[in-house]
Amino acid sequence: MRQYFGRKLLVYGLTFFVAVTINWMVPRFMPGDPVSSMVARAGVSNPGAVETMRTYYTNLFGFDQPLWKQYANFWAALFQGDFGISIWVFPTPVSEVIMGAVPYTLGLMIPSVLLSWVVGNWAGAFAARRRLLDNTVLPVGYVLTAMPYMWLAVLLAWGLGVVAGVFPVAGGYSFSLQPSLSVEFVADLLHHWVLPFLSLFLVALGGWAIGMRNMIIYELESDYSNYLSALGAPQRLIRRYAFRNAVLPQITGLALQLGVLVAGALVTEIVFSYPGLGSLILKAIQNQDFFLLQGTFMFIVLGVLIANFIIDIVYVVVDPRTRAGMAGAQA
Amino acid sequence: MSLRVSELRVYYRTLKGDVKALDDVSFTMRDGEILGLAGESGCGKTTLGKSLIRMDGRMRHMGGTVELDGRELPIGDDRRMNEFRFHEVSLIPQYSMSAMNPTRKIGKMVGELLGSRGVALDRAELESRLDLVELPRKVLDNYPIELSGGMKQRMVMVISTLLNPSLLIADEVTSALDVSTQKAVAKALIGFRDAGFVKSMIFVTHDLALTSHIADTIMVMYAGKLAEKAPAKVMVTAPRHPYTKLLINSLPEVGVRHADKKLSGIAGSPPSLLDPPAGCRFRARCPVAGDECGQEPPVVEVEPDHFVACWKA
Ligand SMILES: Nc1ncnc2c1ncn2[C@@H]1O[C@H](COP(=O)(O)OP(=O)(O)OP(=O)(O)O)[C@@H](O)[C@H]1O
Ligand code: SF4
Ligand SMILES: [Mg+2]
Repeated sequence: MRQYFGRKLLVYGLTFFVAVTINWMVPRFMPGDPVSSMVARAGVSNPGAVETMRTYYTNLFGFDQPLWKQYANFWAALFQGDFGISIWVFPTPVSEVIMGAVPYTLGLMIPSVLLSWVVGNWAGAFAARRRLLDNTVLPVGYVLTAMPYMWLAVLLAWGLGVVAGVFPVAGGYSFSLQPSLSVEFVADLLHHWVLPFLSLFLVALGGWAIGMRNMIIYELESDYSNYLSALGAPQRLIRRYAFRNAVLPQITGLALQLGVLVAGALVTEIVFSYPGLGSLILKAIQNQDFFLLQGTFMFIVLGVLIANFIIDIVYVVVDPRTRAGMAGAQA
Repeated sequence: MSLRVSELRVYYRTLKGDVKALDDVSFTMRDGEILGLAGESGCGKTTLGKSLIRMDGRMRHMGGTVELDGRELPIGDDRRMNEFRFHEVSLIPQYSMSAMNPTRKIGKMVGELLGSRGVALDRAELESRLDLVELPRKVLDNYPIELSGGMKQRMVMVISTLLNPSLLIADEVTSALDVSTQKAVAKALIGFRDAGFVKSMIFVTHDLALTSHIADTIMVMYAGKLAEKAPAKVMVTAPRHPYTKLLINSLPEVGVRHADKKLSGIAGSPPSLLDPPAGCRFRARCPVAGDECGQEPPVVEVEPDHFVACWKA
């Protein structure tokens, strides 16, 4: 067990290391002078500010120091949560800008990923081998998965937002409100959250449902199901076993999908102008804010790695076979 | 009589038509009897075994009756049949290696299975049966993957017989095992019968040699029909049906055998059961076939307990 997690941690650590290194290398080996181009593109007119920025960046990159030292400094700053200063909203630290956006992304991602996974698996498991349900869940599932995300999102925004006018189609909250913990603001927040959430939820739902349905049918045809049926065990018990065993590959599926899901959430935020990390990336690119871009990427890499590690742990907890494999089977 | 099968017909529904896998089969079994069921691949052994406990979705009960301990088994009615399963009729499947849910501890699974049939788990009884087949008691806290093939086989044997069924169907339980393990499994099965855990048993196998050691009676099927049924000794020393004779002769030597010797070495192959030929189904391969064989031979009791379906027996 220890060894297993040790190995996993090593792989994740290595991935993180490579991601950070690439992140460090890009501005340094880019052709041209990143400092002056960044300062120039920042479009700050106040000469004092320009000078401040130039000194700041030169110090930060530490071009006068040897490469290995620059690299070590980069890591040291990273561990202090120091991603530099944003150009777009100068002089706010990048970490602060990111922290402002993270709750929106997580608030969108976590419920939509988990709920679509849970509801999809549940619907698929329920439909498997029940003709009437199967004939509805399956086609709906196929339509949902086959639909391009953009199309679904635009359809939702147009239908529920523009035509029906039930939900706002852009922003994290109304511009007329100031973020606070009042009932009015929270309600407004939820109101803005519905459409982006729904689009992410729906687009993932069909795939989980179809996957689960197929897995359950496979499990219901497996030897242990046949044996239990031959011994007269009720369908209830057999389905319970089948569900539990069918969920395991779905957990793996979730881990594999995670990267894609994050990318999906980024697109969603852009479509619905939702103020999360996705919008931040867009803003960073538009404003040539290199530090913000770098920081956001770091954060996303870190998030995906952590989520994968959590799924690894969950998998070990629910699948005894991985545990048996770790302990070494006995004869 | 423990089991009485009368004129049983079970067909498989397929797109091309009905596969007559069990066509008018009748036989009886006494209390405590072990019946060895042999015959070439595809002759209907598994179909017979499944018919007695649980038909799959493509099987159709076309006629005939099955009586166990004087009660008729509703074999064609999946729902009504359920009360007999496990309690009265049980099964050691061919796929014992994968018959247990891989993600449940064995003891827990047994408890849940019994609970679902409304029976409380008697831990002491279960453990004493584990002792009998020489399984350590701690296997109950293991997952199936932690057991070797032979251990899984014995575990399934214990589970299947836990409710002391009247009839146990053991389908090819030894086929996947090496010779010494085969012997151990055979011994355990006889032990179960002798201990009264099962009243009677149908032991399905390709291996006529092994069958003759375990079974009291041997029944040979051919193309969905009974060919010959006789006490094990008689079957091995004095078979009457031409097919059985060829089978016995193709064994190296009676008594000393290579356990992996399969039923083979007879020229030709059995007829299609989609549209079997009229008359004796063995006719095309029979060395002594004559004109009368165009008519179907009836099953005749040529000696007490010795049944043959052949005009020339
Ligand atoms: N699901 C099915 N659909 C159609 N035909 C089937 C099906 N299962 C079996 N059969 C046919 O029924 C006949 C009897 O099959 P069965 O499995 O009972 O043979 P068997 O004696 O058990 O053979 P083996 O020794 O290979 O296990 C065969 O001709 C087979 O082709
Ligand atoms: S009935 Fe005729 S064809 Fe059939 S086994 Fe006997 S002799 Fe051979
Ligand atoms: Mg078979």
